[in-house]
Amino acid sequence: MHELSLIASVFDVLEEKAREHSALRVTAVVLRVGRMSGVVPDLLESAFDAYKRGTLAEGAWLTIEVVPIKLRCPDCGGADVREDTDFSCAACGSRRVEIVEGREIVIERIELETDQP
Amino acid sequence: MSTKTILVQADILATNKQAAAAIRQELRSRGILAVNLLSSPGSGKTTLLEALADRLKGRYRMAVIEGDIETERDAERIRAKGIPAWQITTGGACHLEARMIGKVLGDVPAAIDFLFIENVGNLVCPASYDLGEDLRCVLLSSPEGDDKPAKYPQAFLSADCLILTKTDLVPYLPFDPAKAAAEALSLKPGLRVFTVSALRGDGVDALVGYFVEALERLRSGRA
Repeated sequence: MHELSLIASVFDVLEEKAREHSALRVTAVVLRVGRMSGVVPDLLESAFDAYKRGTLAEGAWLTIEVVPIKLRCPDCGGADVREDTDFSCAACGSRRVEIVEGREIVIERIELETDQP
Repeated sequence: MSTKTILVQADILATNKQAAAAIRQELRSRGILAVNLLSSPGSGKTTLLEALADRLKGRYRMAVIEGDIETERDAERIRAKGIPAWQITTGGACHLEARMIGKVLGDVPAAIDFLFIENVGNLVCPASYDLGEDLRCVLLSSPEGDDKPAKYPQAFLSADCLILTKTDLVPYLPFDPAKAAAEALSLKPGLRVFTVSALRGDGVDALVGYFVEALERLRSGRA
């Protein structure tokens, strides 16, 4: 339930990027959120909508791309994408798998409106 | 007027990770082992810290940072044991963040061995925030049920050790410590598991041994 504080961090980055590019507005934001990040996409959307009022991203669209859990097995070298939380290697059954993707919370890209042609 | 798309690829938790890295470096250079205690509310974090205070007394020096949404209650309990304690009240936030620890760090005495950080009672959100600790311990108390590791995987996946608490209640509850441990170990092989009754003092010495070993490792690795 820490989605609001994460969104506050997102807005820090949005403001920084808007300044950097002399943008007037942020019109779209794309986040990549891992299935194992502990964050609920619906709550992130609500937090974003609540936070954006009166900011330069007031009219921005938020898109959340959910990143599946990707495992790598150090025992057999296998790679595996999982929808559940069974952390074992599909090929050799090893439990020593590493989670290489699926824990991230990343601002992937944003769309800015500038007054330059 | 024109629009342009910018590839950002910024980790939203980057600021926290940087703050945590700075804390870790600072504490390691002072030779202090930091332990982050994470669990649901009421699983016995503060009671465990009281038991640790009794066991460490006269041998090692400890300090405690307490995280709660409201009140000084936990810090007062720790201070009553003669242990320096700081209370962080988050005013609603469900977890501690590294910068909150950073603000208190200057007040923590240099001559201590262990800094315990008791996170806000919550088995979900604190798992996402590195506080600069060297060890992360998840507590699971017998009344909570032995089915929790698979239900709250992030906390157990991110932990170094699992402490099964309130084991004195096991005879009265449908709680199987072996099942809880096996479930946590299937998520995180190599997780160290301890069973403790802080009220009776059972299992506390083994846990102290684990912390002392980690402290010695930290100090021997110091430049």
